[in-house]
Amino acid sequence: MPDYDAIIIGGGLVGTAVAYGLARRGKKALVLDEGDIAYRASRGNFGLVWVQSKGFGVPEYQRWTRRSSEDWAMFSAELQKETGICSGHERPGGVTICLSEEEFSKRAQRMAQLHVEAGETNFQYEMLDHAGLKKLIPSIGPEVVGASFTPYDGHANPLYTLRALHAALIKHGGTYVPNIKVERIDAAPNSFCITAGGVTYAAPRLVLGAGLGNNPLGKLVGLNVPVRPSRGQIIVTERVQPVLPMPTLMIRQTVEGTLMIGESREDAGFDDTTSPEIMRTLAERAVKTFPFLRNTRIVRTWAALRVMAPDGLPIYEQSSEYPGAFVCTCHSGVTLAAAHALHYAGYVMEGALPAELARFSTQRFDAAHVSTAA
Amino acid sequence: MFQLLPDTTAQTLTVIVNGETVTVPHGFTAAAAMLLCGESATRTTALSGEGRAPYCMMGVCFECLMEINGEPNQQGCLVTVAEGMHINRQQGKREVRE
Repeated sequence: MPDYDAIIIGGGLVGTAVAYGLARRGKKALVLDEGDIAYRASRGNFGLVWVQSKGFGVPEYQRWTRRSSEDWAMFSAELQKETGICSGHERPGGVTICLSEEEFSKRAQRMAQLHVEAGETNFQYEMLDHAGLKKLIPSIGPEVVGASFTPYDGHANPLYTLRALHAALIKHGGTYVPNIKVERIDAAPNSFCITAGGVTYAAPRLVLGAGLGNNPLGKLVGLNVPVRPSRGQIIVTERVQPVLPMPTLMIRQTVEGTLMIGESREDAGFDDTTSPEIMRTLAERAVKTFPFLRNTRIVRTWAALRVMAPDGLPIYEQSSEYPGAFVCTCHSGVTLAAAHALHYAGYVMEGALPAELARFSTQRFDAAHVSTAA
Repeated sequence: MFQLLPDTTAQTLTVIVNGETVTVPHGFTAAAAMLLCGESATRTTALSGEGRAPYCMMGVCFECLMEINGEPNQQGCLVTVAEGMHINRQQGKREVRE
């Protein structure tokens, strides 16, 4: 007799969003969370709810991301109503700032491509020159050439979002068991027994939402999840009065006034420490973009590991060997949280992923052509 | 609330705390100078504007932020006083400047 309707492995933004999505549908959801020895991408996240850099050459990804960004306001309001915790979500639009003519023309090309690929879903954007951008964000420096703007972008506080998801999950009767590592999975179609911390839990559905842990876990249920760490480093400043009316890809200001500076990408294996070289590069670019940062104090820095598929896209799949076992993984746990809670959880219960998610199947890793899309 | 321990050997200097000239021992921190002046709220918070005062006095908690010689958001417990130093409450979020 199964104890739960679904077991979710992973208590970060992805796992908890799916678990909450199940719980809000009246399902009994259990989240098994490894604990703080895990590589906690959800604790190191930058916090963008971002559309304008996603899905070049993969319109499915652009649509899925945009759908989530459109659902975010409702999702955030629902979490606040359920838990009293405000995610800090705002959707004022966002810009990707270009510091040279070359960056600007490349950016313009990419945005035009996104617009064409969006087809009838109409991807709105604007390329702003220096003067145009200065009207939106007066604090830009003289070296800024321009920026791309879309109205779809926004940001949220990832930690409050995670806390709200956990609280909402518990409120809807979900169970959260932290600090245990999955020791064993006994799998049969639509029947899973998970042994963790010496206890065995059973459910007809299993969702792998364990970030980098999905790679080894997937092998136990016939899912090929070739995710690898991609290190990102973040600089955090003191709290200052509002200077950024909207997030940029690299810098955002939180409601508390803190400025966060990010956007680095490196292959550093599982090393999640910061490095002076990257910090310097980030700081130089940030100061060129916003000269006031020269006189703004840095209060902390950190690094975290993105959960990255070879082509940068999310991975959504149901095991053909063990139907009922799903994987849900991506490097945009904040952006896609709404889609995971409001939609993906439903697909898990129905026992089938829709055609719109076929592009994110693990089958793309079997084929010889692995493109770099995102 | 706070009183100096009797220490006749201590040399003193003067600082200006929230506009008032006060005499404090050498080696004092800006946070200690504020407290000695009887300030119960040495800053207001960035978000709600509530009053806050130094707490850990060892550079960890960031509760003692103050404006020192015109420089905002300084950790008062880590700054040693100097003759003529201006120490003011930090009022909410600082402004940015180029």
